[in-house]
Amino acid sequence: MAGGKVNNSPKILVFSTEKISDPAIDMAGLLKLHYPPTVYTIPVPCSSTIKPRWILHALEQGFDGVFIAADGTDCPYGETCTETTGQLMSVTQQLMKDKGMDPARLKMAAICSVCSEPFVKHVKSFAEYLGSLKNKTTC
Amino acid sequence: MKKKIGVYICHCGGNISDYVDVERVRKSVEGDEGVFLAKTTMFACADSNQKQMVEDIKDQGLDGVVVASCSPKLHLLTFRAVTERGGLNKYNYVHANIREQVSWAHSDDKEGATEKAIKIVKAAVAKVRHAESLDPIEVKSTKAVAVIGAGVAGMRAAIELAEAGSDVYLIEREFFVGGRVSQWDDLTLTEESGKELVTRLYDSVMGQKNVTLFTGAEVVENSGSVGNFELKVKVTPRHFKLQCNGNELQKAIDVCPVEVPDEFNFNITTRKAIFHNFPSEYPQLPAIDIKNCTRCGECEKVCSAVDFSQKTEYLNLKVGSILLATGFDPYEPPKGEFGYGEIDNVVTFPQFKRIIHYCDDKLIYRGKEIKNIAYIYCVGSRQVDGPNKYCSRYCCTSNIHAAITVKKKYKGIHNFHFNRGIRTYGKAEVWYDESSRLGDIYLQSFEHDPPVFEKQGDKTIVKIKDVLTSDRELEVAADLVVLVTGMVPRKDNSIGNLLKIPRGRDNFFNEIHMKLRPVETVIDGVTIAGASQGPKNISESMNSALSAATKSFSLINSGELQLEPTVAKVNEETCEWCGKCDEACPYSAFEKIKVNEKFIAKVNAAVCKGCGMCLPVCPTNALQLIGLSDEDVESMIDALIPNY
Repeated sequence: MAGGKVNNSPKILVFSTEKISDPAIDMAGLLKLHYPPTVYTIPVPCSSTIKPRWILHALEQGFDGVFIAADGTDCPYGETCTETTGQLMSVTQQLMKDKGMDPARLKMAAICSVCSEPFVKHVKSFAEYLGSLKNKTTC
Repeated sequence: MKKKIGVYICHCGGNISDYVDVERVRKSVEGDEGVFLAKTTMFACADSNQKQMVEDIKDQGLDGVVVASCSPKLHLLTFRAVTERGGLNKYNYVHANIREQVSWAHSDDKEGATEKAIKIVKAAVAKVRHAESLDPIEVKSTKAVAVIGAGVAGMRAAIELAEAGSDVYLIEREFFVGGRVSQWDDLTLTEESGKELVTRLYDSVMGQKNVTLFTGAEVVENSGSVGNFELKVKVTPRHFKLQCNGNELQKAIDVCPVEVPDEFNFNITTRKAIFHNFPSEYPQLPAIDIKNCTRCGECEKVCSAVDFSQKTEYLNLKVGSILLATGFDPYEPPKGEFGYGEIDNVVTFPQFKRIIHYCDDKLIYRGKEIKNIAYIYCVGSRQVDGPNKYCSRYCCTSNIHAAITVKKKYKGIHNFHFNRGIRTYGKAEVWYDESSRLGDIYLQSFEHDPPVFEKQGDKTIVKIKDVLTSDRELEVAADLVVLVTGMVPRKDNSIGNLLKIPRGRDNFFNEIHMKLRPVETVIDGVTIAGASQGPKNISESMNSALSAATKSFSLINSGELQLEPTVAKVNEETCEWCGKCDEACPYSAFEKIKVNEKFIAKVNAAVCKGCGMCLPVCPTNALQLIGLSDEDVESMIDALIPNY
């Protein structure tokens, strides 16, 4: 096991939400739905909590992509969540453009509390996309 | 900055250590800044390990604790309590999830899983380094519970809560209480009938001064949170005055020209727009089905209790907790499934029970006397291709009990049970035994080889390759085919959608964990009971109702609730009141105050729910969420950073 093999899969930081999307990510594990182990999760109370500076920090420090597993309309805190998170994403993507980063390195999708399969599908396709970006830059 | 952090890495039997090299994880964090001790443990949640942790905290003077184990949904509270027992403030504890999000999710990649576990534990250590001791926020809670659904589970829970001293609002959508159980006559393992059980519970509910029953009532709006929910309830009128003369009522029913399928009898009979399901049903006051009523006015002429002036009312209720006991729907086969809706002598099990109720000395359906009955088991349950993979638990027992009833009640009945393995668990095995002794025939096949039907004259020929007689092809000429249908979640999930209750894979309401946190949902303060959570028989429903009542009561009992102190904090120096946080806050937790000749924002900690919606909108970054500050998040990100 101690092979020291370097895992070249793109590294993705997921911001999940404690009450809604994090249980779905837990359940993906329970169901043994596999996804790349280079996907890491930081749970936050609500997807509208995420500060653009945290996303930029992650991307600048070496993450290939950031995925927001948003509450969508299931947010227990309020109906404005979907709209607010959407606005935050566009603000952050603008900041990314200003810094010369590909805004597609930030992705958001609504993940409900039982959306384990959609979560796995999303992170897998995001990893594929980020992998293709990586290959382009190395070529 | 902490200097004496204790890190415990759990094997979880082998659930974690079969895929994650826990010793490598331990070694990789033991030298990290601030880490004083790092241990692996077979079961972190075991009593022996908890005691060891308490000793470590006390004897070694630990100032921060990390446990890397299962999801925080299961054991965050356990280890916070351990930390507290060690004499350390519980907010100096950080939980790392290396089971659901590591070992199980990456059981296909042991090296990848171990690398990920190392990073996650390092991130937890990074977070605990800045952890601060905090005191929980105390809020007053309303000592009242809303119980939604007045079936047997809801009524049982209401009685329990009332006896404990809580005010209870029992809210029933139908005009009558009792739910599904009032549709059943004989019950298994008791001499009591379904109606008698409902009567007993109803009398007991009415005997409680602090229970208020609303019928024809639905929750239409919800706000607030645990301790202080505000519900808006729509109460539809019955259009009947409280005093109703029985003779006049019968005349009113007789003159009513409207006839609609009677859902209480699963549409095998019809009823009028003025109705009660059976004469002694509770509350003993009929209702007018206003959707189907033509307002012809004939009933008003013969019955003085009819009152069309009654209006829909809206009530606002304040409660500390909500208990959902909304029950189930019986599975309704689509047209053509085992001939349902196509062959006229194919009925569902609930319909069969109502047919038995209406037939006295001869079992007659559609004018024909029934002698040979074929029961097809597991219809709508244990589906191979459909969504209902689960066993509905009650159907084998209930159906065999009904088959015995039929055999004893009518002469010359022959029962043929086409099953996929009988599951009369527990004491119900006695019915299986009795039915076999009475001569019932059991024929069995597997899920891929179900019985097939053919209509011949007024009989239905049911054929099966019977595994109990070495796959011999057997056939029965049945007068009646009963599809033993299971339970499915309520079609109308409006209350679930309103309260945002997640559903499980079986589509019933989801409890957080069947052993560790049963009857609780991820929505704080909302508990679930009875068949709304999954298929259950009556005694299982009662047990879960008592459990949910106890849980709901524990939240409101003291009149005060301790809430997480993870609320927003304003940096007074950098805040220049602009009002954006106030606009973003869904709870109006901000107020504008003047400090040192400057207007700044102030957070009302009792109102703030810690959602953090205010954080990203602040132009001067003057807002931090306690426990999720920039320092917390960015240090975790740094610990998770790729090292290639």
